[in-house]
Amino acid sequence: MIRRARGALVALAAALALTACGGGDDNPLDGDRGGAAQTLVVGSADFPESELLGEIYAQALEAKGVKVERKFKIGAREVYYGQVASGAIHVFPEYNGALLARVDKNDPAATTQEVDAALKAKLPAELEILTTSRAENKDSLVVTAATAREHGLKTIADLKDVAGEMIIGGPPEFKTRRQGLVGLEEVYGLKFKQFKSLDTGGPITVSNLAGGQVQVANLFTTDPAITKNGFVVLEDPENVFGAQNVVPLIYRPKVDQTARDALNAVSAKLTTADLIAMNGQMSDQKLDPEDVAEQWLQKQGLR
Amino acid sequence: MNAILGVREWFTQPEQWSGPDGIPTRVLEHLWYSLLGFAITVLIALPAGLVLGHVRRGRAAALVGLLVTASANAARALPTLGLLVLAVILTSGGDLVPILVPLVALAVPPVLVNAYTGVRQVEPRLRDAAEGMGMRGRQVLLQVELPVALPLILLGMRTAMIQIVSTATIAAYVGLGGLGRYIVDGYARQEYASMAGGAILVIALAVAVQFVFAGVSRLVVSPGVRGRP
Amino acid sequence: MAPVLAAGEPLIRWEWIGRNWDDDIAEALTEHLILSLVPVAIGLAVALPLGIACARWRRLYPPVLAATSVLYAVPAIALFVVLVAFTGLTYATVIIPLAAYTLSVLVPGVVDGLRSVPDHVRQAAEAMGFGPVRRLVQVELPLAVPVVMAGLRVAAVSNISLVSVGSLIGIGGLGELFVTGLKRDFPTPIIVGIALTIALALAADLLLLLLQRLLTPWERTGGRAAAPKEPRRPLVTGGGER
Repeated sequence: MIRRARGALVALAAALALTACGGGDDNPLDGDRGGAAQTLVVGSADFPESELLGEIYAQALEAKGVKVERKFKIGAREVYYGQVASGAIHVFPEYNGALLARVDKNDPAATTQEVDAALKAKLPAELEILTTSRAENKDSLVVTAATAREHGLKTIADLKDVAGEMIIGGPPEFKTRRQGLVGLEEVYGLKFKQFKSLDTGGPITVSNLAGGQVQVANLFTTDPAITKNGFVVLEDPENVFGAQNVVPLIYRPKVDQTARDALNAVSAKLTTADLIAMNGQMSDQKLDPEDVAEQWLQKQGLR
Repeated sequence: MNAILGVREWFTQPEQWSGPDGIPTRVLEHLWYSLLGFAITVLIALPAGLVLGHVRRGRAAALVGLLVTASANAARALPTLGLLVLAVILTSGGDLVPILVPLVALAVPPVLVNAYTGVRQVEPRLRDAAEGMGMRGRQVLLQVELPVALPLILLGMRTAMIQIVSTATIAAYVGLGGLGRYIVDGYARQEYASMAGGAILVIALAVAVQFVFAGVSRLVVSPGVRGRP
Repeated sequence: MAPVLAAGEPLIRWEWIGRNWDDDIAEALTEHLILSLVPVAIGLAVALPLGIACARWRRLYPPVLAATSVLYAVPAIALFVVLVAFTGLTYATVIIPLAAYTLSVLVPGVVDGLRSVPDHVRQAAEAMGFGPVRRLVQVELPLAVPVVMAGLRVAAVSNISLVSVGSLIGIGGLGELFVTGLKRDFPTPIIVGIALTIALALAADLLLLLLQRLLTPWERTGGRAAAPKEPRRPLVTGGGER
């Protein structure tokens, strides 16, 4: 009897292993292509604000009777963009400037209107951005209050002379992005002593900056840790980080008018202050994105 | 096939061999974390295991044996990533120190258990003979029990080193340098060549460490002891 | 660098556990079970015939042992990554290396277990007219169970702890809880993940021990036919850590 059970287990295991065979093309890191026909797949990146926005979109859609499948915490844009472009994911909370940098890294558009127009022109045919919201969350360079005082730092340009002695920290993709080290060198002429790979505007970056292991860090402007730690956000006069309005990126063939309306209604009501407040709720009270999203939607009358 | 060519290209790029993100730097970093962790582990676990195994009096000895073995089994169940993340979150760390704690904690049990068991398993006749020759406790331990227990002790150290090299690799996820950087950064940037290159280097390092241990074992273990099954 | 706890964040927020038990936690747990148990099954399925062959044809054993020892020394994450090029980001990428680790613990276990069968028992069976296959299946394997089981327990516990490393490529069962805790600076999911991993390991260990008792009824009655229970090289000191 034991041997028959073993045999069944082996068969099951072999079947599982075989069905999982895939890959073999250029990018072994390409994810699977899923999603049922009638259901909209909503994705998110793997930082809390993105998950929150994904939840807001998902619940707003569900409130209007759309069936939603969630695929959250996928990774950075380098990881998920291909899945949206191919239609494996249908709705994604994006930041217009960062998206444009991915689509065309040399586009000089800086204001919200310019970025939106450039995106409308340059996104592939199946992709589209809906109406952008006023809410913005930009990448930024941040230093401690002490560092700012010591070197008289107010804008990113002020870093030019001291960057050579400084270690800059950020998520791994920051090193290779136009809205990252690449653009900072090109536009401001900054050459840092070293780049330290940390996390996506998360606790490791915050503690590395506070603890002095890095002197400059890449954080998001809506991060509650900035005010909590008295960090100074350096101004970006040359607009390397550009406008970063929150906007739904959709895979056109799958998203109908009901869904569009629901998403646009969200964008109409979302403000930067809302983002900061909600991030604060998640970071201080450790509320889950689903609950924070639900509360906000109810307050706005969208749920 | 493209993936494999990409990896080969990654290895042959000259930039890959210089600077703070270059292969030599990362390999040395990884070796540094590993050796540091290993040194601390051995300093803690080896004397403790030897002494605990040597002292045989009373019921306390049986209890000690049970605890020591239990610790090894328990340590095997602890998830490395979980401990690393917990250490970093609890200390808001970015340092090496919060990472060293789980690194050492996971590596201590194999060394401790093997030192303990190795000494315990020494045949009573050998101990009797030594005592008959006039050796005192510490001499018996160091001159008879330790050499005889050496194969088992080295096996424990080898296991500990495997664990340490592995933990150091995973620790890149919480900000550490070393070869794990290529894997974590490569995944974030969707650069498979970097991921695979890092993985291959880690494999090479792990295998090299095994050879070192085998060599040390050959040098250090007395031939008379080595002849045993 | 103020510790999180000083900021008033408790180690465990029990409400979080209550709210997320049914979906995030349960999902992670299920994935973890599959990713840790399937490799054990596959490893056992391969180790048994391989071990029997190595016990039978002695010259086969040293190269097999050398190969599995080398494999065993390699960190799991490295194997996961290399496999991604062939199996993509799927369960197979995690299952295959873990099955290989299981193999490297079990093959010596099977070989040692078979070798631990006392000669006189084997000879008695032969004298009673048992052919080689019947001898293997009805006498030698059952007597080898304690040693094989010791290896199986080590392998199961190790696998359960290793699976969470897969979170580095997004396939990690309970490891997801560690990632969540890290990103949100939130100790609770991390502690829940660690506690569940340990609980799972303990449960697996106990179940296998129970299975061993079931499979070796002669040891319960203390019969003299009982084979030596402890493997000659204590597996607890020579394997399974990661």
